[in-house]
Amino acid sequence: MPEPLLDLRAIDVFYGDFQALFEVSLRIDAGEIVAVIGANGAGKSTLLKTIAGLMRPRGGEMLFDGAPIGVSPAFSVVGRGIALVPEGRRLFPSLTVEENLLIGGQSRRPGPWNLARVYELFPVLAERRHLPSTSLSGGQQQMCAIGRALMSNPRLLLCDEISLGLAPIIVRDIYARLPSIVGEGLSLIIVEQDIAQALKAARQVYCLQEGRVALQGKAAELTRESISDAYFGV
Amino acid sequence: MTEWLNVIMQGVLIGGLYAMFAAGLSLIFGVMRLVNIAHGDLIVLAAYVALTVTQTFGLDPLTSLLFVVPAMALIGYALQRLLLNRTLGDDLLPPLLVTFGLSIIIQNGLLELFTADSRKLQAGTIEVQTFQVTQGVWVGALPLIQFAVAVAVIGGLQVLFYRTALGRAFRATSDDQSVAQLMGLDTRHVFAMAMALSLAVVAIAGVFLAVRANFDPAIGPARLIFGFEAVIIGGLGSMWGTLAGGIILGVSQAIGAQIDPGWQLLAGHIAFLVILAVRPQGLFPRVSG
Amino acid sequence: MSLIASTVEHATRSSRIGVVVIGVTLVVLALAPFWGERQTLRLLAEMYSFVALASLWNLLAGYAGLVSVGQQAFVGFGGYLLFWLVIVSGVHPVAAIFIAGPVAAVVAVPVAALTFRLRGAYFAIGTWVVAEVFRLLASQISVLGGGSGISLPAAAVIAMAPTRQAREFEIYWLALALTVVVLAAIVALLRSRHGLALTAIRDNELAAQSNGIGVMRIKYIVYVLVAFGTSMVGALIFLQKLRISPDTAFSVNDWTAFVIFITVIGGIGRIEGPIIGTIIFFVMRQTLSDLGSLYLLIMGAVAIVVMLWAPKGLWGLIAERYGWQALPLRRHLVLTALDKKAGSTP
Repeated sequence: MPEPLLDLRAIDVFYGDFQALFEVSLRIDAGEIVAVIGANGAGKSTLLKTIAGLMRPRGGEMLFDGAPIGVSPAFSVVGRGIALVPEGRRLFPSLTVEENLLIGGQSRRPGPWNLARVYELFPVLAERRHLPSTSLSGGQQQMCAIGRALMSNPRLLLCDEISLGLAPIIVRDIYARLPSIVGEGLSLIIVEQDIAQALKAARQVYCLQEGRVALQGKAAELTRESISDAYFGV
Repeated sequence: MTEWLNVIMQGVLIGGLYAMFAAGLSLIFGVMRLVNIAHGDLIVLAAYVALTVTQTFGLDPLTSLLFVVPAMALIGYALQRLLLNRTLGDDLLPPLLVTFGLSIIIQNGLLELFTADSRKLQAGTIEVQTFQVTQGVWVGALPLIQFAVAVAVIGGLQVLFYRTALGRAFRATSDDQSVAQLMGLDTRHVFAMAMALSLAVVAIAGVFLAVRANFDPAIGPARLIFGFEAVIIGGLGSMWGTLAGGIILGVSQAIGAQIDPGWQLLAGHIAFLVILAVRPQGLFPRVSG
Repeated sequence: MSLIASTVEHATRSSRIGVVVIGVTLVVLALAPFWGERQTLRLLAEMYSFVALASLWNLLAGYAGLVSVGQQAFVGFGGYLLFWLVIVSGVHPVAAIFIAGPVAAVVAVPVAALTFRLRGAYFAIGTWVVAEVFRLLASQISVLGGGSGISLPAAAVIAMAPTRQAREFEIYWLALALTVVVLAAIVALLRSRHGLALTAIRDNELAAQSNGIGVMRIKYIVYVLVAFGTSMVGALIFLQKLRISPDTAFSVNDWTAFVIFITVIGGIGRIEGPIIGTIIFFVMRQTLSDLGSLYLLIMGAVAIVVMLWAPKGLWGLIAERYGWQALPLRRHLVLTALDKKAGSTP
């Protein structure tokens, strides 16, 4: 049984005195796509932020490629091969489109992704490369945010609600490109409100409810009923 | 008439020096929203470092820059990393009060080490050389060189900010510290680099100040005020605006001095207050997205 | 079923003790001319002035969030106004102190209008510029000695009281009275509705604003009131010194650096802070005075250390640890059951 790429073992995460995650465990193998679904406030974003190093777990263990993470400072995480596409895109407003992509490659990890390949994946970004990132539409900003994360040549890409605030046709467009991203052996964790989209894209699904894993399993095997039970905590 | 042209010329040229005082100040405000109240005293510190270097090694002021600039940059890096990074955050009081305390420490430290005696760096014959621009209008070689260097420094900072990876790091960290860390940027290091850069500019300004006029440990706060006024007159966020602000300040002071020597400083302050009253965002504010 | 009534009480056990201690201290201090020497009286009067100045700065910076490094503008303004009134208009020196307040308040309005256009640390430097403008203007007033300054004429000095001892007693009591009035006014303000608003602003300005508190208006009012008080204290300080010059009147070191040091070390945002800070400052000054500028250097270093590792100052540390307050300023809710028949009280 090969070692998982990412292995979270019963982590607890707090915002001050407020506990957001309770003994959450999650595993993802190389090249796998995992979806994390759940209602607002269930802890999905917190989970991704913790993996990306912006928050530290108070209990439990996090192993990436067999080595512990979550003990070193946040800026060292991308060097290990974990990249986050943050909720709400959060592009740098003072930077142009191209500069946002370039700063994504700041960590200089070797790999197939570079400026040319990102422009190949998202041609609309090439057209607007020297414009301020704030001039892009929502969907284009999302593409830029994904491209920025890819520039660091990650082994694990974390996507936090990339469909948020976007028209369905744009969302479908972005998701259509995911296979070409994952094809290289990249692993993906997607946090989604759009359950249908999440189930279509992912193989494994975790459903969070008020900070706990309420359900997990293969997307193909889970029933609608069991999902909505776990989602709403009935 | 030519008398007034001379006056304005002098004002423009010293404006370049004021713009250099201002450039370091506005750089760190742009990157980390920190206003360094000790900024003027650091300029004076640079002047004293230059004094020590020129006296100890028998160098001329220009060559001393080779030592003073790296020395001040190192001081800036350490200062930010060890002390000022601890003050950053949402609260306004800590950075303000800590840099104020720093200002007091530097002034009195210099006083202890060097006494209150007035000093000056000697640059040789270039101090008295003049060019004739047109009929009756003369310009000093030294002020002209200082102005040219000031323009070059500001141009250099623009290039650094908008065309290099370090500049990208500065802008990104100033935009969003958390996401900047996701990109692999150590924000503690980025802030320290910004302060190092700011003090490198301060070093040049300090050496120029030392050559141009007498200096003593107490003149720091006035330099801070000139730099600050140049930033506000020119407009926040714009380096070239800061140059314009410095020039306007210099010209106002020169005109004031021409009317009555006691009015030099007052004229500059009044120009600042008028701009503050009439156009508080400054003359050339950067329109940011 | 019992109904519950609530009242707001300000006092706690420690504040009751505090009020008594303060009352006794005030009586002792008021009688100082009868038990103290000349030097002691001068020192005490100087301490009172600093308590007043620091308390006013604390109100401005610690409560209203307006960090000014230019309050020396109003200290000097008060001093110069007094000298002007006495020398040029022949006003009685003590009366001049009371005129200094309102005039400074009027001047503070346009000053605030200008400086409030700046935010945060830029506001701070802006206040410094204003102080510099005042200093430069003062050195242009030739009738008051221009750049070198002037001494108070003998006639005016004698008008205060016939003997030197009587004058010194008079100045001492004025200093004590003025400081007590300033502190009482600050306490009254903080206990009022406006004070509650100020405390809210101190704790979280954005939240205060979104709760409908007119933050801008309160800041204006506080700035003008502080200018009022600072000028009166300034007038008294220079009446005691009997001499004024632009550099001493508008000195950043004396009227801003020391004041900030006192407030930071004593405890910003708490009314007891400036009192504690003044005591510490004067103890330090007496013990370190031989060191010259090294003393200021130590002062700056201590202020930095306190700001970083004990940002609430000495009183802040003590008050949080033991829950003390010397003056009844806190507001706590006391619930009482209206129906006492059941015999239980909360």
